Amino acid sequence: MTSMSMKPQVSPAQTGVWVGIAAITMSFAAYSSALIVRQGANPDWQHFTLPRILFFNTLVVVASSATLYAARPRSAATVDRSGTVTAVDAPHRNWLYVTILLGFLFLFGQILAWRNLVDQGITLASGPSSSFFYLLTAMHGLHLLGGLTGLFYVVYRVRRSTTERAVRAYGAASLYWHFMTVLWIYLFALLATRI
Amino acid sequence: MSSPVSSHSAGPQGFWRKYVFSLDHKVIGRQYLDLSLVALTTGMILSWLMRMHLGWPTKAIPGLGAIAPEAAGGIITPEYYLSLMTMHGTIMVFFVLTTAPFAGFGNFILPIQIGAEDMAFPRFNMMSFWVTFVAFVILVAAFFVPEGPPLSGWTAYAPLSAVGKDAGPGQGWGQTLWVISIGTFCIAQLLGSLNFIATTLDLRTKGMSLARMPFSTWAWFITSVIGLIAFSVLLPACVLLLLDRVAGTSFFIPAGLVISDRLQPHAGGSPLLWQHLFWFFGHPEVYIAILPGFGIVSHILPAVTRKPLLGPRVFIACMIAIAFLSYTVWGHHMFMSGMNPFSATVFSVPTLIITIPAAITTLLWIGTLYGAKLRFNTAALFCLAFISVFVSGGISGFFLAQPAIDSYLHGTYFVVGHFHFVMGVAAMFGILAGTYFWFPKMFGRMMNERLGKIHFFLTFIGVYCIFMPMHYLGLGGNVRRYSAFTVDYMKGSVPLHRFITVAALFTGAAQLIFFYNLIRSRFRGQIATDNPWEATSLEWTTSSPPPHDNFGGHHPVVYHGPNEYGVAGRNGDYIMQNSPEPDPATPTAAARTPATA
Repeated sequence: MTSMSMKPQVSPAQTGVWVGIAAITMSFAAYSSALIVRQGANPDWQHFTLPRILFFNTLVVVASSATLYAARPRSAATVDRSGTVTAVDAPHRNWLYVTILLGFLFLFGQILAWRNLVDQGITLASGPSSSFFYLLTAMHGLHLLGGLTGLFYVVYRVRRSTTERAVRAYGAASLYWHFMTVLWIYLFALLATRI
Repeated sequence: MSSPVSSHSAGPQGFWRKYVFSLDHKVIGRQYLDLSLVALTTGMILSWLMRMHLGWPTKAIPGLGAIAPEAAGGIITPEYYLSLMTMHGTIMVFFVLTTAPFAGFGNFILPIQIGAEDMAFPRFNMMSFWVTFVAFVILVAAFFVPEGPPLSGWTAYAPLSAVGKDAGPGQGWGQTLWVISIGTFCIAQLLGSLNFIATTLDLRTKGMSLARMPFSTWAWFITSVIGLIAFSVLLPACVLLLLDRVAGTSFFIPAGLVISDRLQPHAGGSPLLWQHLFWFFGHPEVYIAILPGFGIVSHILPAVTRKPLLGPRVFIACMIAIAFLSYTVWGHHMFMSGMNPFSATVFSVPTLIITIPAAITTLLWIGTLYGAKLRFNTAALFCLAFISVFVSGGISGFFLAQPAIDSYLHGTYFVVGHFHFVMGVAAMFGILAGTYFWFPKMFGRMMNERLGKIHFFLTFIGVYCIFMPMHYLGLGGNVRRYSAFTVDYMKGSVPLHRFITVAALFTGAAQLIFFYNLIRSRFRGQIATDNPWEATSLEWTTSSPPPHDNFGGHHPVVYHGPNEYGVAGRNGDYIMQNSPEPDPATPTAAARTPATA
């Protein structure tokens, strides 16, 4: 049995990430609705131009999803009679390193965006729009740091444990990472249209 | 019948790994229960202080002046009264009603009921307990900071909670600690809920289909879904509030706000936004507290009535309906907030609709009880008491669900009586029923039934004496959150307040019997058999207490649902879930017809 995208065995880790995605979606829905309500509550909302580097950061995070996909275990998986899936190919370490690097590059770019705004005198407390800008980018960054931890864990699994466990860790971590990319695209669209 | 477990281990033996930083869900469940017992005692003492002050506002409370500088000479100031109220509410709602029935019993029992060795993520599980513990320590620390604990209530309404020191004593450091504590608690609960959901979905043993899950497992599962959504909204709300307090943002603080003669340096925020975010969490929180009680009662009732629960699928459907509807009704806490009357009507309708599944479950319990030869043990009594107070508290909910009536009653003791019955005491009775029922499984010894019954009757009569009169006080216009009623038209309510105070002190003292029973039974109780209640679910198939991996190197295989009572089974009038005997064709005559003879 061969397939290009090896589906890892359904594991609690995978379920856990899906449930985590539900929770994170809910909390960003709360932030978003707070933004919309706050913007409508009073006329003190000041629009400002988003730092240009955010476009570059968006490209970086999309690229990181692509490189993480490139790291997927390529070759066949075997399924024995009890239904246990054994992968014969581990996630590719070099692509994982590239992904991690792009992840840090994205965070660095976000910090540059903050610096850019601070230089213009736009700070966390200077107005409601900037409050939400810093808040949403910071929250996304924190969650992305969690994703980076997950990727480091996959690297550790690739180096130290069985292929099967590495593939399972890859499945859960990459699901979370792709969600971080989608979440950023959503946030970028929200910020671009509202701020 | 069972299948072997791949990795069987005897469990860690060192003190720290075994009792403190344990990964074993049974130890973690007990840690949660111990924490909530400490929290319960703290919260109860706070309520005594409030009650004593309400009964005799001019009398000094002996010793209080020495430990609380805010209450000089033992007299509680109006501000300190609000601090006590805030801490009582926060501790009880978060660290007792959420922690004990859901995190505590759920952790201990759920993995065993589905035939798993442990939770899906044991390390997350340990983390969520210790994060909860840290949250509790941060909250209690508010007693010891300058100017004492916050006074904005457990709901922490902005802008009072957002502007800092100017808003009153305790609104400086005390309120900041409160926000950090609740935010931390949210993280712990999110980790816990995630763990419960993954465990229930992925770790069920062979044969344990969703339809065969015990009712308590269903209740914890649904509760964890509610918790996941609710706490993921409260956490952002706490982050926004904290930023308003410490970083100078204006999410919740409106422009031109003057407090204590000082213009607040914030602009444009929306205080109502906090209420919306808070109650979007706050109302589902009511069901986080009560649904585990639903599950516990439905789990225990068949075992004590020796009849299957009436309408098991309807019961589960009702819980799911309640979970869904709980997200549509938050605005009914805000009828008085100045919201559009049309919105109030919109929120009123689902509020009334949610009473339907709640009423159906109540009828199912009563139908199960009908004609049963009840085994009157303490667990059974607390189940009956749960139904009683749930109905009493639920009925007053009909009044409050209507904006026109609520606008009169909302600020009064009627609401205090209502939510203490339906959320506080009912959930508490669920916890107590669970304690008497599962104690033998947790510690391998039976609790003392005679002491249990004395505890039950004193508590049951006590809570009615405390909370029933509050409804009359509320109807008479007695406002809540005031620290004394000595000087104005409410003077006439003082005798009734004194009665409530005396009842509260007595009921609280009756809990000493429970504590004594807990400690004594732990060491001196009669040795429990594996299945002392002749119940069907998997926790009763293993030893009491269960071994480290729950089933001694095996996973049980499940053949039946949990509701096989009143049937001709191999061991008596019930069939264990893991018993390979065939399903009974028809229930025995005794189970079908009420015992009227």
